[in-house]
Amino acid sequence: MASVGEATLKDSHVGKKKKPPARYWEELKEKEEKDENKVGEDEEKSEAAQQQEEGDEQETQKGKKRKQEEEQRDGNKSISGKSDPFPGPAPIPEGRVQKFKRKEKTKKPRRHHKKLKDVITRSEEVAEMAQKEAARFDLLLPEDAGFLEGDEDEDTCTISQEDIADAVDITSGTKYFNLKLSQFGPYRVDYSKTGRHLLLGGRRGHIACIDWQSKQLMCEINVMESVNDVKWLHSETMYAVAQKKWLYIYDSNGIELHCIRKFNDVLRMQFLPYHFLLATASSTSFLQYLDVSVGKEVAAICTKTGRLDVMCQNPHNAIIHLGHSNGTVTLWSPNQKEALVKMLCHQGGVRSVAVDKTGTYMVTSGMDKKLKVYDIRAFKPLKSYFLPAGASSLSLSQRGLLSAATGDIVQVYRDVWSSPVTKPYMAHRVPGTVWGLHFCPFEDVLGVGHGDGFTSMLVPGSGEPNFDGLDANPYRSAKQRQEWEVKALLDKIQPDLISLDPTELGHVDHATFQQKHQDRVQALGYDPLAKERFVPRFKKKGRSSTGNVERRKKQVAHEDQRDVIRKTVQEKAKMEKERSEREKKKAGLSSQRSALDRFKK
Amino acid sequence: MAKATTKKRENNNNKKSKKSLKKKKQEEEEEVQHVRHDDEEEEEGLNGGEEEEEEKHEKKEKRSKKSLKKKKQQKKEEVHVQYDDDDDVDEDEGLNGGEEEKEEEEDDDERRRNKLLEAIAGLGAQKKRKRPLVERSEAAVLMSEFTVGGGGGAGGEEEEGGGGGAEGGGVQLSDLIGSLEQTPAVSSRTKKQLKNLQRGKALETPLSRQEAQRIQRGVAFHKASQEVTRWSCIIQENQRAEQLVFPLNQDAPPAPKTIERRVRGWKARTPLEQEVFALLTANKQPIHDPVLTSHEEASLRAMSLEEAKIRRAELQKARALQSYYEARTRREKKIKSKKYHRVQNKAKRKEVLKKFDDMVKEDPAGALEELKKIEEARMKERMTLKHQNSGKWAKSKAIMAKYDLGARRAMQEQLEVNKELTQKMVTSLSKEEEEEEEEEEKEEEEVPDFVNDAEGAAGSSNPWMRGRLTEEPVEKEEKETEEVIVVGGGEKEEEEEEVLIVETEEEALLREFDSRRKRRQAQEEGKDGEEEEQQEEEERKDGEEEEKEEEERKDGEEVQEKEEKQDEKEEEKEEQQDEEEEEKEEEEEEEELSEFTSLYRDMTDRQEAPDTSSHLEEAPDTSPQLEEGLQRIRTLEDVDLLSPEADVGAEKEPQQPPPPAPPAPPKLQNKKRKRGIELKEVLTKGAKVIQVPLAPTMQAGEEEEDQQEEQQLDQRGLIMEAFAGDDVVSDFLKEKRAQEEASRPKVVDLTLPGWGEWGGTGLKPSRQKRKKFRVKAAAAAAPPTRRDSGLPSVMVTEKRSSSLSLHQVSSLPQPFITHAQFEGSIRVPLGRAWNTEKTVKKATKPRVVTRPGAIIEPMRREELMKKRRKTMSGAVDWKREHH
Repeated sequence: MASVGEATLKDSHVGKKKKPPARYWEELKEKEEKDENKVGEDEEKSEAAQQQEEGDEQETQKGKKRKQEEEQRDGNKSISGKSDPFPGPAPIPEGRVQKFKRKEKTKKPRRHHKKLKDVITRSEEVAEMAQKEAARFDLLLPEDAGFLEGDEDEDTCTISQEDIADAVDITSGTKYFNLKLSQFGPYRVDYSKTGRHLLLGGRRGHIACIDWQSKQLMCEINVMESVNDVKWLHSETMYAVAQKKWLYIYDSNGIELHCIRKFNDVLRMQFLPYHFLLATASSTSFLQYLDVSVGKEVAAICTKTGRLDVMCQNPHNAIIHLGHSNGTVTLWSPNQKEALVKMLCHQGGVRSVAVDKTGTYMVTSGMDKKLKVYDIRAFKPLKSYFLPAGASSLSLSQRGLLSAATGDIVQVYRDVWSSPVTKPYMAHRVPGTVWGLHFCPFEDVLGVGHGDGFTSMLVPGSGEPNFDGLDANPYRSAKQRQEWEVKALLDKIQPDLISLDPTELGHVDHATFQQKHQDRVQALGYDPLAKERFVPRFKKKGRSSTGNVERRKKQVAHEDQRDVIRKTVQEKAKMEKERSEREKKKAGLSSQRSALDRFKK
Repeated sequence: MAKATTKKRENNNNKKSKKSLKKKKQEEEEEVQHVRHDDEEEEEGLNGGEEEEEEKHEKKEKRSKKSLKKKKQQKKEEVHVQYDDDDDVDEDEGLNGGEEEKEEEEDDDERRRNKLLEAIAGLGAQKKRKRPLVERSEAAVLMSEFTVGGGGGAGGEEEEGGGGGAEGGGVQLSDLIGSLEQTPAVSSRTKKQLKNLQRGKALETPLSRQEAQRIQRGVAFHKASQEVTRWSCIIQENQRAEQLVFPLNQDAPPAPKTIERRVRGWKARTPLEQEVFALLTANKQPIHDPVLTSHEEASLRAMSLEEAKIRRAELQKARALQSYYEARTRREKKIKSKKYHRVQNKAKRKEVLKKFDDMVKEDPAGALEELKKIEEARMKERMTLKHQNSGKWAKSKAIMAKYDLGARRAMQEQLEVNKELTQKMVTSLSKEEEEEEEEEEKEEEEVPDFVNDAEGAAGSSNPWMRGRLTEEPVEKEEKETEEVIVVGGGEKEEEEEEVLIVETEEEALLREFDSRRKRRQAQEEGKDGEEEEQQEEEERKDGEEEEKEEEERKDGEEVQEKEEKQDEKEEEKEEQQDEEEEEKEEEEEEEELSEFTSLYRDMTDRQEAPDTSSHLEEAPDTSPQLEEGLQRIRTLEDVDLLSPEADVGAEKEPQQPPPPAPPAPPKLQNKKRKRGIELKEVLTKGAKVIQVPLAPTMQAGEEEEDQQEEQQLDQRGLIMEAFAGDDVVSDFLKEKRAQEEASRPKVVDLTLPGWGEWGGTGLKPSRQKRKKFRVKAAAAAAPPTRRDSGLPSVMVTEKRSSSLSLHQVSSLPQPFITHAQFEGSIRVPLGRAWNTEKTVKKATKPRVVTRPGAIIEPMRREELMKKRRKTMSGAVDWKREHH
């Protein structure tokens, strides 16, 4: 390519000496001609070479094709006179495009419906464009999660935290630390949505919020009451504390903002960030929802299942999972007074539940010392593990690592759902009994609250490496946070829309539709959506005899079925063809004698 | 239609010319028609009859010439004339009558008198019936002298009245004209006209106004619709267009042109422009291309390629250097540090001095000039009050100088600067050096603040307060914790005895549980000898109940006949049997479950047996719950380990993997029946045993004794709680069955006892009645399969939540036919959170865009033609391509 460019340059200069100066747009044509000639020559040469090499007919055809392409390229030449070596948009890998696919294409109606056809083609265009663009911009998420890899005959679970901290860079190394807070009892832990802030709630009333990466203490108070659970609200400016009797809300300076008397004896809390709902489970078996944007109680459901101290949320559809002492896990939405789903998971009581980010898997641990993995979309058990000592609390990371605590040991598992696991990925002993576990979002860190304070563990590969700056930006400034807050409030999803299947909103409400349709049919006296019956046109000269009419009717009968049949037949034929070709090839290969055949017996 | 009218006109003309008088009479007679006498009518009838006969004969002879042809015509006419005959004729009559009246006044008088007389005479007579107009005949009372023949008049009338002229044989035009040829008085022209008339090629009568308007409207509509349909394709196109930009048909905004192209197309028009251009051309400035002047071009032309390249490289280098320099200066300018600038200035000054020194040697004249300049600067400095601490700032500083060292220093500096600038050149150099040295010394003295501060926070226990984070404290902590663990171990040994006591208590509890469980098992399986008595009791109870039922039956017998009773009995028996069967089934299921639970229990028992023994052997291996301090027992946290055997193993050898867990419970051997639900299998599915490198150790905290006592108390509750959920599976199944049952449509029994038959205690409504009033659930509309039908361990509620359906679409929007189409069209989100900007813009393109400030004119006809031509040409192109 470069040689061609030089050649043209020379040519033009030679020309310039003789002719009066000409602008590039004037000489564009000439150049093009020249280039074409040049390219043509090149092509001829290449063709000749190819012919020399193979003398194949196909190749010449290819050459011609390429020539055509070349000409086209010359057509859209840039000002500089050089042709684009890679014309058109950059290709996108098929797999990546597939990743952003949303359902199948809609089938177009066969005829008569021009308007409908237009609408469908337009929406398809948009869908395709969205898919392609998204695939193209996926390039902007370049980070990938790493993993711990042991030497030969070395289990990764035997690598100690100190070793990891020594091996990694200094900033990452500082993320492994212990806080010795033995005075105020076992700690519950919560990280804010951006992963930047840490909230610690000691059983004996000690509450501390920390910007844990810069190790800056934001506030530290003692509420002089037992603390059951702590949770950040939508941003790091506010957090909720479930105290002995009521639910309290504090701001990041430790000032008490609210005492919510409607929520009593709360044991566990979950915050649904896109709905601005704080879900609480109390010892009086009440599941309550508080809308923190308006400060109103959205729903209070009496679950009638006793003390509720196992709770988690499904981040995919904002359904709350509760674990009970009779071994069941129940799924709740604020819109229904009864459990959406009740699953019997364990023979003993359920000790902990966790749901992964995509809402596909649920991990439970029970008193029967088992750790079970469920496909929560189909409610089917996938894997069942036996932990010698059972797991008291579970936590799933953004990348699907599972941490389970047994006593004072924290174990981290990888790929619990896809491949059977026999050994933990990592294990670590903390000074006290583990009370709370939480993976830090966007960081390879696991926060462990225990009887003796808090431990921040390094777990390589746990955090999502690519963050969405508009959703949860760990590096956002105060101004950005304010802006985000306004936008998030505008985008707040109403609690009405919580359902098991989050895409249900995009479906037509069938029951109501059918009712409405029936009414319409009654009012009109006919079914407007019914398929038009084919009535053959009347033809003169005795060609509309009953037999003839019947024959004509038969010609168009079952047309929709015919399509399907035709397709299947075609597919079958294709498969058959491929198979036969393969066999032929095989036969050809077997008939050919290779050099190694002589060694065969 | 046309022919009919001509016919009428013929008649009229004849009457006008020949028998106008007679016609007159007829009309008059018509007027008084209603006062006719009966007798007169009779006469008429008679006369008319005779005359008609005669006429017929005559006519037959006369019309023999053109009989067939005429008849055909008339037949046709009859059909057409029917509806508008009447009004036409009336009009004609009116016109004719008006003209003729005056001429024949004398006759009128006479006639009137006669009529009056007649009327008076006929007053008394009863009018029997009104005869139709046709019946009236000319021959009735008075005959005009002009009458050609009564039949003719009558025929004419008949024609006028009912169009029955053909039959009546009225006078035909040909008959009258026949004699015309002989009469010379008639001009040839009129003859011709008459002949023409005869041929039937007369002008049409003008249509009525309404008719004419109707036709006009029709034509106009046709035209207009044609005109409009020409636009229909454009309208359709616009309707279907994704986006319309008004004003329409504006050519798409041209692609951005390069400046050269734009300039090239532009020409000077105004005189000013021309003048400017003239100037430019005169000075050989580039007009089109702003890049190169003619000079440059000439130089370029003069150069060879090598030279050009070199030159270009030079230019490039110069440009690059310049840009670097610019960047550097810009960067330096941004620096706000005063110190930096001070140093910089000093350096500059030094440089200048150096240069000056050099100059003195090399170029004395230049040096003198420089000297002058310096001198001048010095003079200026001396003249002004600058650097003499007399300004506003200096005054404010002077106030602060007492307390603020910085202010004092700043003032000092100002004075120094002043000194410096006012000193004479030669001496200044050495002083500056001294100053420099001083400053350097100062800098050395300065030490960063944090060096001093760091020590203060180091003492606190919180590592974060120390201000630095090394890994030493962490390691220390680790060591501490290890020590604690070791110490805990020591404490354990001390507390052995206590633990033992606790252990025994726990064992007792467990034993209690075992025994109870065994008892329950025995109950269910009915094997235990002791429990058989209970069972027998139950059976006895059942028997009593049956007896009761029988008694009821007997009561019923008294009232009803035997046969019915037998039927009923049979029915009841059947029902009972059914019920029993169902119960049996349930029992079986429960048995299965209980079997399972028993198995489970056995397993746990087996596990517990060695457990207790190990406890006896090794006292320190206490269950970890006992050692856990200060934790609430009610939380599941504390229920960590129910059967502590695993921990026992673990604690023995904390670094080794624990012994493999007991195998999964064996499968049930005797399956009585295959149910859809195999919950046991689901729950007891072979679990992978995970080997953990570290075994949990429980730290013996600093719990006090009373706390332990509390714990022990709670321990009981805890274990109770733990084993309360033994029958979890059966409970769950029961619940699920109940839910399924509830969701199934039920049979509603609406029978009212004693309604339509005898009622009372022991009487049951008859079978027929019950059958009649039992409303069965629609069997055809079988309930859809439940979502949890294939899932034994799951219950999914079938209730719909109405809150979501409020937001859902419940009717298909216009163009869509099926749900799938609509759902497919909204499957892609439009928001910015899920899409790239480009996609969002495309997806939310407005349907109509109006350019601000543009005049939107209606479409013109030419555009239509243009489009058509375009499409035509397109079609042609297409054809060309394809052929």
